[in-house]
Amino acid sequence: MASFIERLLGRDQKSARTAKERMRLVLVHDRTDLPPGEMDQLKDELIDVISRHVEIERAAARIEMTQDGRQQRLIADIPLRPTRRRRVGS
Amino acid sequence: MPGKVVTITSGKGGVGKTTATANIGAALASYSQKVVCVDADIGLRNLDVVLGLENRIVYDLVDVVEGRCRLRQAMIRDKHLGDLFLIPAAQTRDKSAVSPSDMVRLCDELRPDYDWILIDSPAGIERGFRNAIAPADIVLVVTNPEVSAVRDADRIIGLIEAEEKGPARLVINRLKPEMVRRGDMLSAEDVLDLLAVELIGLIPEDEHVVMSTNQGTPIVLNGKSKAGQAFRDIARRLQGEQVPFPPLEDQNSIFKRVSRLFRAGGN
Repeated sequence: MASFIERLLGRDQKSARTAKERMRLVLVHDRTDLPPGEMDQLKDELIDVISRHVEIERAAARIEMTQDGRQQRLIADIPLRPTRRRRVGS
Repeated sequence: MPGKVVTITSGKGGVGKTTATANIGAALASYSQKVVCVDADIGLRNLDVVLGLENRIVYDLVDVVEGRCRLRQAMIRDKHLGDLFLIPAAQTRDKSAVSPSDMVRLCDELRPDYDWILIDSPAGIERGFRNAIAPADIVLVVTNPEVSAVRDADRIIGLIEAEEKGPARLVINRLKPEMVRRGDMLSAEDVLDLLAVELIGLIPEDEHVVMSTNQGTPIVLNGKSKAGQAFRDIARRLQGEQVPFPPLEDQNSIFKRVSRLFRAGGN
């Protein structure tokens, strides 16, 4: 039913939607002059630096570029691991 | 009030800059404004044929810049609109024949006597583009709802901001409402969302454009053409009027009505 309504509204994954998603990514990289490969490297290095100071959930870390008007923003969402309770006396 | 310089540019070629320049110029002139259109695409002259003035050219932009004629001698009066003039590009020279400061000087000479100076920029991001935006008060970026044109538009919008000529205003040309409705063409909202600039014109695909260009007559003189109406709307917005964007889709389309119904229910 949901997909029927989606189709009725013309909102299933049509070529325009694909185009928009592709453009969103392309424009982010064009505007920042940061190719996708370098972005991955930046993420890895950033995570390395942060993990030197605090324990983080590496797998759940999300670092991405977002668009705010014509401005680009680098958003990092990095969950920290709960500190292990120090056992008394150890 | 001194005239305003409006540069029409795009990044990608073939999206309709020259057609837009000719028709916005003609529309402004039809509202009793005094208008000069300058073809800055040196070496690839085209605004003359779109306006149907190709047989009247004696002098061109490079002749003016190099002092072989006075500015007024290079200005060709339009056949249809008495307040519309063209300064054609040179056909046998290249873009380096003119500098950005030449363009500023030329426009400063025109400003006191004309309400609008429209500059048809060449495609690309090099010398020709820099020449075209140097004197600009307002820059219009023309794009089509296609990935390559949108990408190039984004690049050019960035350059316009860097040159402190922004914010650019967007003209979306050759929109096919039927394809947008099917989800097979980026909608105006999609393009605006991606480029994050203000819209000044939304031109539907219209066979009348090719027909009127064939004849060298501005489409804005055709009262029945939807594209002509859209260009007239741009001219009114440039003059400071608040003109709503008319819905491009067929009002009677069952899809439209159904989707309206759903949207109304959803909110």
